[in-house]
Order: sequence, then structure tokens, then C-alpha cells
Amino acid sequence: MDGVIQQSDILIIGAGGVGCAVARELSRYRLSVTVLEKECDVASGASGRNSAVVHAGFNNKPGSLMAKLCMEGNRGFEKACRELGVPFRNTGKVLVAFDEEDIEILKGIIDQGRQNGCEDLRLIGAEELERLVPGVGGIGGMYSPHTSIFDPFAYCVALAENAAVNGVRFRFSSEVSAINRTAEGFIVRTADGSEFRCRILINCAGLFSDRIAEMAGVSGYHLYPCRGEYFILDKVADRLLGMPVYPAPKTGAGGLGVHLTPTMHGNIIIGPSAEYIDERDDYSTTAEVMDDLLAEAAQLMPSLERRYVIGNYAGIRAKQAPPGEGGYRDYVIREEETCPGLIDLIGIESPGLTASIPIAGMVRDIVGGIMPLKEKDDFIATREMPVRFSELSEAEQKQLIAGDPEYGEIICRCQKVTKREIRSAIENPLGARSISAIKYRAWATTGRCNGGYCLTRIVDMLVNEYGMKPEEITFRGRGSEMFSGEVK
Amino acid sequence: MEKCDVLIIGAGPGGLAAAVGAKNAGADRVVILERDTSAGGILNQCVHDGFGIIRYNEQLTGPEYAVRAVREARAAGAEILCGHQVIRINDDRLVTAVSRDGLKTFSAGAVVLATGCRERTRGMISIPGSRPAGVFTAGVVQNFVNVRNIMPGRRVVILGSGDIGMIMARRLTLEGAEVRAVIEVLPEPAGLSRNVSQCLYEYDIPLFCSHTVSKIIGKKHLRAVEISELDDKMKPVRGTEQTIECDALILSVGLIPENEVAETAGVRLDQRSNGAVTDECLQTSVPGIFSCGNSRRVMDLADFVSQQGELAGRNAAAYLTGAEMAAWDESRGTSMAKGYPVPGTVTCTLCPNGCQVKWTEEGYEGNRCPRGEKFAEEERTSPKRIVTSTVRLSGGRLLPVRTDRAVPKESVRDVVRSLRDLKIEAPVKCGQELYRFRDGAGDILTVTAVADVSGPACAQI
Repeated sequence: MDGVIQQSDILIIGAGGVGCAVARELSRYRLSVTVLEKECDVASGASGRNSAVVHAGFNNKPGSLMAKLCMEGNRGFEKACRELGVPFRNTGKVLVAFDEEDIEILKGIIDQGRQNGCEDLRLIGAEELERLVPGVGGIGGMYSPHTSIFDPFAYCVALAENAAVNGVRFRFSSEVSAINRTAEGFIVRTADGSEFRCRILINCAGLFSDRIAEMAGVSGYHLYPCRGEYFILDKVADRLLGMPVYPAPKTGAGGLGVHLTPTMHGNIIIGPSAEYIDERDDYSTTAEVMDDLLAEAAQLMPSLERRYVIGNYAGIRAKQAPPGEGGYRDYVIREEETCPGLIDLIGIESPGLTASIPIAGMVRDIVGGIMPLKEKDDFIATREMPVRFSELSEAEQKQLIAGDPEYGEIICRCQKVTKREIRSAIENPLGARSISAIKYRAWATTGRCNGGYCLTRIVDMLVNEYGMKPEEITFRGRGSEMFSGEVK
Repeated sequence: MEKCDVLIIGAGPGGLAAAVGAKNAGADRVVILERDTSAGGILNQCVHDGFGIIRYNEQLTGPEYAVRAVREARAAGAEILCGHQVIRINDDRLVTAVSRDGLKTFSAGAVVLATGCRERTRGMISIPGSRPAGVFTAGVVQNFVNVRNIMPGRRVVILGSGDIGMIMARRLTLEGAEVRAVIEVLPEPAGLSRNVSQCLYEYDIPLFCSHTVSKIIGKKHLRAVEISELDDKMKPVRGTEQTIECDALILSVGLIPENEVAETAGVRLDQRSNGAVTDECLQTSVPGIFSCGNSRRVMDLADFVSQQGELAGRNAAAYLTGAEMAAWDESRGTSMAKGYPVPGTVTCTLCPNGCQVKWTEEGYEGNRCPRGEKFAEEERTSPKRIVTSTVRLSGGRLLPVRTDRAVPKESVRDVVRSLRDLKIEAPVKCGQELYRFRDGAGDILTVTAVADVSGPACAQI
């Protein structure tokens, strides 16, 4: 793609949840839109490395953009998930109090929630706590009925696919290396030597948004990477945990405290820690933090056992608040006065995914102030949810196999993913072709055997049915080649 | 709905032998459901020898052992249905399987679970560090290298001195990789003594006991591992860190009985091992459902799995008629010598006893039978090994092969190297001669196929 020059009205940098939501929102209008993403797929940063919770809006400072956008996001989230075919479940959530001091903190949160428009929070006693989340320790807590869980990968994929169906072009493995302002807009160069011209540049680069702003000539932003480590437990949520359980927050913390969250797939995740780090791409987990996580999780729920652990991961928060300050600073979402045509989104940390659609609405309004927006007549608002064989009834399963025998070949035995579902993931409309792209679409390799059974079979398909050489198969794009080549 | 007397889940050594046991005990219709496209289970990827020393009194490779086990099951009259993944068993022993033909339900008089085991993973043991490409479990690597002709890396570190880990250390070395270290958390190697001497010592592969991988390094791809010494509480000792550059980390850190299907039937599992709990006749907590082999308790040798499978099949047939069941002798299946070979001795590999035979002025000692003396004498004067490897079939698939007899130890690498350029056309029959050449001593050696391959590029037992 060296030297390719592409012209579009709008260029979005970053295909995380926010970039994808902005792309999808703008695809309603008669605009040409291109998204550049440095990684090989959507949701490769914080959007794919979090607690997968739709927040209710009580955590954020009244009057802040964070609070306002989170509230709006929460109200519209279920509808968006329905439209886009994204797994979503309204579970509610509890915050656990371990002492009287915690109860006072929770009263403050209820008050804060009310100011934000989150009306139905209430204190609960030990008995109700036990009824809502059996086995959780604590003297009482707070119940939030509007907190939900969802699948953040599926969400970003769905937004991006829907945007693509409506004409947005996605360019992966395209890291921006230079931005020049011209009379007409911007010229953006990527590391592979391609050139993209646009009128409006939207910076949704997450953890790297300060650097993108700097490249465009806007200095003054600085993001501090703050890592959160997680454990993934086996599918014990159905048995043990019906809704997210958080501790009552501690003042000044840069996160929400180590919590337990059931996932849409039936796992439980434990985390995250909060630790400021030096490197923005150091997703390592550490022995010390892992020990702490288990200890804190055991405080919330003594019956959790070490043997349920099947994996770990880490995410990195894009914090504007430096280590000494702690807590949160509000989102920055604006067209830069000193750089007209550049729309910066800075410090979109949690609850960024919950707020992503209202954020996209805000960006659309800013774009509308720069150029006239005309709605398309043929905008397709919905996307069908991909088939999940394992979740269907026997009659539906029979019907699927009768129509396509590949639904009768189970490739991932832990999650019961069929060959046909793997094929759909390989042939995804965004053209992302990596093991992780297949993993997060079909959910293969995510079970307790970590791909011990299905990885060989997926690789077999890629080699024998899609003509890839073993050394061309990557885990997450260039540099993460899975194999060194053939044996002989 | 289909009816059968004994339904067996899994066509590895346990399931295949269970079919023989059930048929011989008079069961009428015996069906094996296998999720893979061919029968044999993990044996098909175990191209090394060491199988069959109890059951057949011979040194067989895994695929040869599988061919025999499949033939025996078929000869006994069992039906083997491949490509059938069982998704549930309900209270009345109604077994539902998914296949390309649709959803099938079998009504079984008795069920034998022979579902094998899975590997413990990186995620379960929580190794600190990044999550790059290049970290695999040993069984997965074995499948890639021996079946799918894919090499995981060129500079390899192996965590865990279980048998698969050590066998893969040798296999990867023979295929041209540099195995830079085998790391073991225990003070002694975890696998069989014979594998320590034949897979590690003979290839000068460094073994670090009381060590662990304390960090995985590399953002997108594995670049190195940090290893540390462990104290007696199994905690890494600060200041003992060493960094070993590598592009593949292979984990051989334990096997876990696979019992997802058993769980759907409500079979009670051991909370610690995840194995199915059975009585001495191998019957689980659910009447009429039996368990054998690695899904019950992980065993050292396929031979033991077959023996136990056969008994489980026999008892399943007895359950149908009300005949008396026989008990499994728990002392079997645990007799293999493990850990460091005793210095100055030879580990006899002719039977599972693994006698450590020592030569002294007065002759040999430590052997429990005369064969051990003969073995040790040969080991001392002119050690020999059967060579097992693979050759490339036209179309890219691999065919497991072996030499017809043992060759001088020092020519093993040459034999494997000479097989690298060999191109063979399918179809091939197990036992078919592929290649003849003279070894270093001038003797004629024959390389034979150890699996049947029916058509071009379609490896099948």
C-alpha cells in the first residue's frame, strides 16, 4: 500500500469503542469516512481489556461530561446492543460495605448518583446482600439496578461492521507517523508510507491521543498509563455470581477497586488493580499484583477458589490525572481552537465504552458545526447477531446442521464453537485476519483449555482452506507470528 | 433415536479397549463416539516409541499402537463413529452427539467415559509477564510438529519435565531446533527416568530442577524468559534470575482429566484432580456410567489405559446382564520409575519397571530379570535406538515412520536428517516399506510407515 493517497471528508484515528462509535454515527450521513488503526483489529487497546460493564453513572463527578455521557450511554445501551446484535444483560450491581465508614461512603455515592440523574440507587442490608449475591461478605451495601454487562469485543466489532456496511473504510495495521495541516485540512502519513487526506481529523487514539494531538500541533495534553490486571475464572458465574460486585470505593482511587464481574460467556473476572506504569504498551501481569487480586477477591467472596483461574490479562487506562493527583479528570471532547478541523477526544477512560454512543453524538454535533450534515436515505441501522450454535435450542441446531453440515463440526470444544462459526469469523467483513480476530469474534480458544483443542484445527483451516503459510499466521498482527514455518 | 448396549465416548486407547472388553463380555451393539476425524486419540500424534511394552510385549510407536487398537475394536465388532462430539448425557443414559449428519441421540444400556485429559495451561499457572505469541503447551506443539508439519520456533525453552515435555525436547532437537533449557519446579524431573536419559541426557539438553519461569518477556512475540531458582516453599529466590533468549516457550505442566461430558451426566468428580470418582469396578457415582483411563486418573502409559479400558468395557457389559463385575487392581499403572536416573546406571526400557541396572566388577545388579542384564550390556557396549520421525507426503501432510530395528545411538540424527528430503505419495499402509539404506555399520535399515493414509493429503488411521 506504499504511497497510496486516499481522500476522505473525515479521518478517524483509532478503532477502539469510541472510534468505532464515531465512525458508525458519521456513517449515517453523506460523508466519506476512513478509520486508521495501528493494531490489526478493532478493540485492541482499553476497549478490549476492561471489566465489560455498562456503568450506571453514579461514580462520576456531578456536572462532568463523564457523568452526563455515562448516564445517557447507560439509558441507550440496551437498545444499541439490540440494534447491533451485541450480547447484553441487565444484571444490576452491588457495592459492598465492610464497615460503617463504607456505609457513609455509599450514602455519598447514592447522593452523587441522584445529582447525576441515577435515581434508583439504594442501600441494602446484609440480608438483601446475601439474597442478591449469595456468598459475598460484608455488612451491607448499595444496589444499582441499571448496571449491566455486555461483550465489549462484540460491541466494537458490531459498531465497526455496521459502519463498514454503511460505507466507512477501515485500515488496520496503519500507525500514524506524521500529521500535516494544509489549507484544506490534514495530510496524515502512516508508517507503511501511505498518505491520507481529510477535511476533519478525529482523534480517538485512546492511550495515544495526546501524542496524536501533539503530531497535529496541539501540545499540552499528557496521558499517564495506569495498568489494571485481571484474572479470568472458568465458567462458574452461573453457579456463583449473578451480577458485578464491587467494594465501596476508597477516596482518591484511580479505579473502582478490585471487583468481581460475571461475563456474558459465564466466566467471572477479578480485577482490576490500578498501578501507574512507564510504558504505554506493557500489558504484563506481575506476581505481586496477582497475589493481591486473589486476596482482595477472596475478601469479597470467600468461596472463590484459585483452581477456577483459567487466564489473566491487563488493560491500561489513559489517565489525565498524574500519579500524585489520583482520581479522575473529565473527558476533553472538542474541536481545537488552535487547530480548526481537529476534533480531540482526550482521556476517555472508564466509563468510555458506556458513554461511547453519546460521545459519538457529541462529535457528530461538532462535525455538523464545521460542515453541513445530510442524512443518507439508505442508512442501515441494524446488524444481525452472529450465530452462536451453543446457545440455540436443539431444534434450531438441527435446522442449522441440515442447512450447512459445518454447523455439525465442533472445533472449539470448551465453548462449543462450530466450524461454520469459525469460518464466519475468518471471513469477517472488516478483513481482520489473525488468531485474535477469530478468538474475539467466534470466542474460540477462550475456554479452560486455552485453545489446546481448537488452535490446531483453526490453523489447519487457515493453511489448508485459506492458503496461508504457517509463518504468515499471526496472533495479533505483524510481529506476533505464531510459527517459524514448516517442519520439513 | 438409536439404541445400543454399551456406548463408549472417546476412541483413544481406553475407549478402543473398552469396546473390545464389552464385546468379549457379550454386549451386543457397542458404539464408540469420537469427536476427531479419525480414531486413535492422542496416540496419533505420539510418533515416538515406547508404547506396547506391556500389552503387546513390543516397542511400538503411538500410531502403530493406535492401528492395533482400532483393528482390535473393529474385529471385536464395535462401531466407531468419528466426527461425533458428545454434548450431553441425561439421566436415562440418553447421549446426544453433534456431527455433520445432525444431532443424534443414543439410548445406551451402559456408558463408558474414555474422554482422556487436557493440558494445564499458562493461564492456569499464572506465569507473570506479557502475553506474546510463542507460548504453547507441549501437546499442542506435538500436534503441530508431528501431524501438521508446523514448527513453533527455533530456540525453545520447555517448562516442566513431564513426559510430553521431554519427548518434545528430543523431537524438536531432531528437527533442527535448539532446546535451550528444560525447567522443572520440583527438585527432581517429573517424568519417567527413561525419558530423562533418552530425551534429555542423550541430546545434552540442560535441565534446571528447582527452577521456574518467573517472567515471560516480549510484547508481540516471545523474546526471552526469565528463570529463577525456587526456595523450599516454591517461591522464586531474588537474585537468582537468568534470562534465556528464545522464540518458543513450551509448557508441560500437567494433565487434567477431561470430564465436561461426565459433568452433564452428574458424575461426581474429584475436586482436586477433576478425575471421575469411581468404585473399584470403575463405575462412577451415576449407575451404569463407567470411567477409565486418563479421564479417571492420569496414567503414565497407554498400555495401562488400555488395560483399564478393557475392564471398564467388560464391567459395563456385566452391568447390563447383572453379572458380577471385576475390580481394578489399583497397584497397576503406577510402577514406572520416575525422576533422575541413578548415576552410573542404565535405565532398562524393556518393561515399565524401568530397573536401574548397574555394572560392577562382579557383573550387573539392580535388574529384576535377565533381560535387564542383556539390555544393560548392550547399552554399555553398543547402545542402539529405534528411530521414529515423520516424512512429508505429497500435499504437505506428515506420515509417521520408524526404522524396523534399533540403530547405533550416534547415527540417530543422521537417519532423521536423511528422512527430511524423502517425498512419499499416498496412499500408504501401516507397515509398508518406504526406504532402505545402510547404516554406519553397513547393515541395511528399513524405514516403514506406521499409519495408514488412505488418499492424497488425508492422514487417517
